[in-house]
Amino acid sequence: MKKLSLEEKLFLDSFRPDRESHLVIKDPRVCLEKCTAKWCTFTCPVRTYRWDVDHITVFYEGCVECGTCPVSCEFGNIEWRYPRGGFGVTFKYG
Amino acid sequence: MEKFDVIVVGAGPAGLTAALLLAQAGLNVVVFERGDFPGSKNVMGGVLYSWPTKELLPDFAREAPLERHIIEQRMWIMSAESAFSVAHRNMAFDREPRDFHTVLRSRFDKWMGQKVRAAGALIVPETLVETVLRKNGQVVGVRVGRAEGEVHADVVIAADGVNSVLAREAGLRGAFRPEHLATAVKEIIALPATAIESRFGVTGGQGVTIEMFGAATMGMVGTGFIYTNRESVSIGVGATIRDLNDFGVNPNDLLEHLKAHPLVAPLIEGGETREYMAHLIPEGGLRAMPKLSTGGMLVAGDAAMMVNSLHRQGANLAMRSGQLAARAVLRAKAQGDFSARGLAYYDRLVRDSAIYKDLHKYRGMARFFERHHEFFSLYPDLLNHAAAEVLTPSPVSQRRKQRGIFAEARRRRSLWRMAKDFFGAWRSIA
Repeated sequence: MKKLSLEEKLFLDSFRPDRESHLVIKDPRVCLEKCTAKWCTFTCPVRTYRWDVDHITVFYEGCVECGTCPVSCEFGNIEWRYPRGGFGVTFKYG
Repeated sequence: MEKFDVIVVGAGPAGLTAALLLAQAGLNVVVFERGDFPGSKNVMGGVLYSWPTKELLPDFAREAPLERHIIEQRMWIMSAESAFSVAHRNMAFDREPRDFHTVLRSRFDKWMGQKVRAAGALIVPETLVETVLRKNGQVVGVRVGRAEGEVHADVVIAADGVNSVLAREAGLRGAFRPEHLATAVKEIIALPATAIESRFGVTGGQGVTIEMFGAATMGMVGTGFIYTNRESVSIGVGATIRDLNDFGVNPNDLLEHLKAHPLVAPLIEGGETREYMAHLIPEGGLRAMPKLSTGGMLVAGDAAMMVNSLHRQGANLAMRSGQLAARAVLRAKAQGDFSARGLAYYDRLVRDSAIYKDLHKYRGMARFFERHHEFFSLYPDLLNHAAAEVLTPSPVSQRRKQRGIFAEARRRRSLWRMAKDFFGAWRSIA
């Protein structure tokens, strides 16, 4: 079957993003100075976290709320919570 | 200030079960669900067992949105372009009452939510529970993300899923370890029913499940699966977060890798992806289980890490724990004692149940396999190599072939290590 990119797959899901991110990097200096592995940039199933020259950018709008990132981060540097009620992803099939 | 008998946090299998039983018993129950409707945030692979579903919802087989009833369960131990397959097909599974169905969690839970409402519980969607309220150490309610968001109750049932914010907030669990959780991703791929039936060798509403090991996870601790639905298949794969970190693998890439496997690709050929999702699976077993109760609060389902990954059971254990939680709440109500001591009855019920006994039996499994990756790469490869050697006619005698197979195995791992590996694996599940 035709291979879809991750972006194309995320178009199939329905999202209602909040105005602010529910995912926050606690201390950006930890990412820059201490973290070499940057596990969050690939363990997230929707690649929410991208390394941008000297900091992590958080594309929280496509988050599917699984909870991988705070456990993956070896420095415990991700403040994780669910989006506010009524926001975030809605699964039609689940 | 509103006060209920019971606050249930999370409209999944555990929470909806507890709410149903407690509402049926006449208690004043509120269920807070952060999604738009029950099921809207819920994900599972897809097999719903009739036990204990039929105890709660006797008419579910007729009324619930079910996909296919499973008549065959396959296991594939995979290498790069092969699989050693074991299957159990049983026509007794075809007759009613049926024990296995595939479901789509979002649709099933929406239906179950209607049953819970009809029983008299109040389900409040689009409402995130932020933390527990305490008074003199006792949990007395929750704070929700709404104006005037303090809601009180005699008891709170935390059924808020694997990431249970409540169990953490109430101090019942510590931080997660990356080897105790698996990240699983899944796609729903639409296919005509006729294509599914011819590819999987079934007719009518029959279905098949395939569990996949080895190359399915690129050698990481985890599994892949394909489950047939009415007009779609669910295909997914998961691995522990520790291994995703260590192997440097993105879960979506892992799923694409599985979809491209030469044994998998023909099964989904021509299909159209309809949805992509991810979910954590509690794989830590008993060692990762939080404290199950405290004064004024119980923890059930995934929030309590009740998953038996060897037997692919989770949602049914969640429902079972919801039943036990409801029973414990009714007893506490009758005795007027919602203290830690009164609710410890729930811990006893769980300990006496098959949930706990099975998790206890397999308590060493997660740790064993975390340290024995050879079961996810070396041994599947050797098994497939051996099968191909034995099955392929050649001028070489079977005796010499067998010697060659053993020599190849010993070249890659010593006899002593192999004996230790298999004895350890057997011990961890025996």
